Amino acid sequence: MNNPNALLHRRDVVNELLRDRADLLVIAGLGAPNWDVSAAGDHPNNFPLWGAMGGASMIGLGLALAQPKRKVLVITGDGEMLMNVGSLATIAVEAPKNLAIAVLDNERFGETGMQKTPTASGVDLSAIATACGIRTSRIVRTMAEVTELRELAHAGRGTVFAQIKVDPEALVFVMPPADGVILTTRFRQSVLGDEALFN
Amino acid sequence: MAEPAKSRSEAAPAPPTWPDEIYRVLKDAGIRQVAMVPDAGHSRLIRAFEADPETRVVTLTTEEEGVAMLAGAWLGGERGVLLLQSSGVGNCINMLSLPVICHMPLLMIVTMRGDWGEFNPWQIPMGQGTRPSLEAMGVIVNKVDEPHLVASAVQGAANLAFNTWKPVAVLIGQRVLGAKNFKELAGK
Repeated sequence: MNNPNALLHRRDVVNELLRDRADLLVIAGLGAPNWDVSAAGDHPNNFPLWGAMGGASMIGLGLALAQPKRKVLVITGDGEMLMNVGSLATIAVEAPKNLAIAVLDNERFGETGMQKTPTASGVDLSAIATACGIRTSRIVRTMAEVTELRELAHAGRGTVFAQIKVDPEALVFVMPPADGVILTTRFRQSVLGDEALFN
Repeated sequence: MAEPAKSRSEAAPAPPTWPDEIYRVLKDAGIRQVAMVPDAGHSRLIRAFEADPETRVVTLTTEEEGVAMLAGAWLGGERGVLLLQSSGVGNCINMLSLPVICHMPLLMIVTMRGDWGEFNPWQIPMGQGTRPSLEAMGVIVNKVDEPHLVASAVQGAANLAFNTWKPVAVLIGQRVLGAKNFKELAGK
């Protein structure tokens, strides 16, 4: 029998969010969210970060504004989101309909020795997002809620924020290409067509 | 005897033309996203972009957000510009890794403080550190100190950024902007 209080497994969460991803564009924050997105399958429409901590959500904003007909999903960690939490204010004001931000919150700095982040002490990112003005903002604790979040991200009917409580498990690294030029060029070629190669 | 001279100097001087010139240059360069933390030196340019339905002006809480945002814009096929004060350059440093390592264009227009004629000592460290910090991160820097050269500096920087996928910063010096004098502002 399932323990109703059991924490979600981060790769189950990401696999569900990316199920039948169609033309979804995905930004992955550095560290474990990058490995999780890559474990779900390398894809030209992924832009996985190996650095630029604090930038994932804002990359999502610039992309969502540039591609208003596409859906953009940012999958990042609690430490990465906390580093530039002010970007939630910026994003709330711009309110792109086609941007969803999913924070995999293990309450830890996972890459550096599993030190606690402020969310371990109760800092509520979803309440911060709500207070900034992102109306669809929630804490997610069950796979049914993850499925709902997937629907919201694919629907693109308003900016979405979710703080997904996940197990602080350390998993095997699954790495995408590390060369930023490859990641950038294949993403642009996929989204913009071959024309992007000649710009 | 000093009164007539003062009255003349208070009669509104003609506004500088370089903000309008760089608005035109940036439009011609295809700029669609304007990310900024405001500075007085950019206020005229910001007003021009805000009145332009073709451009999206995004107010940031810190300048590094703009570096990330414009990387996203580039991934989606749009060009942008980051407007900031020299103090904000310090907030951008690690995020500049992104355009540098990914060979993405980034156009920054930086209005200087802590430069010619500065009277606020707290502006000096970052003002004097602006160019070396940018250059340490691999940003190409061009400083302009004469109003009539601002537009061509921005045009050259835009061409360089978008044709060679480099981060490029134009620093607009206080000789162009005019140095504030807080003692005057304080009425002393």
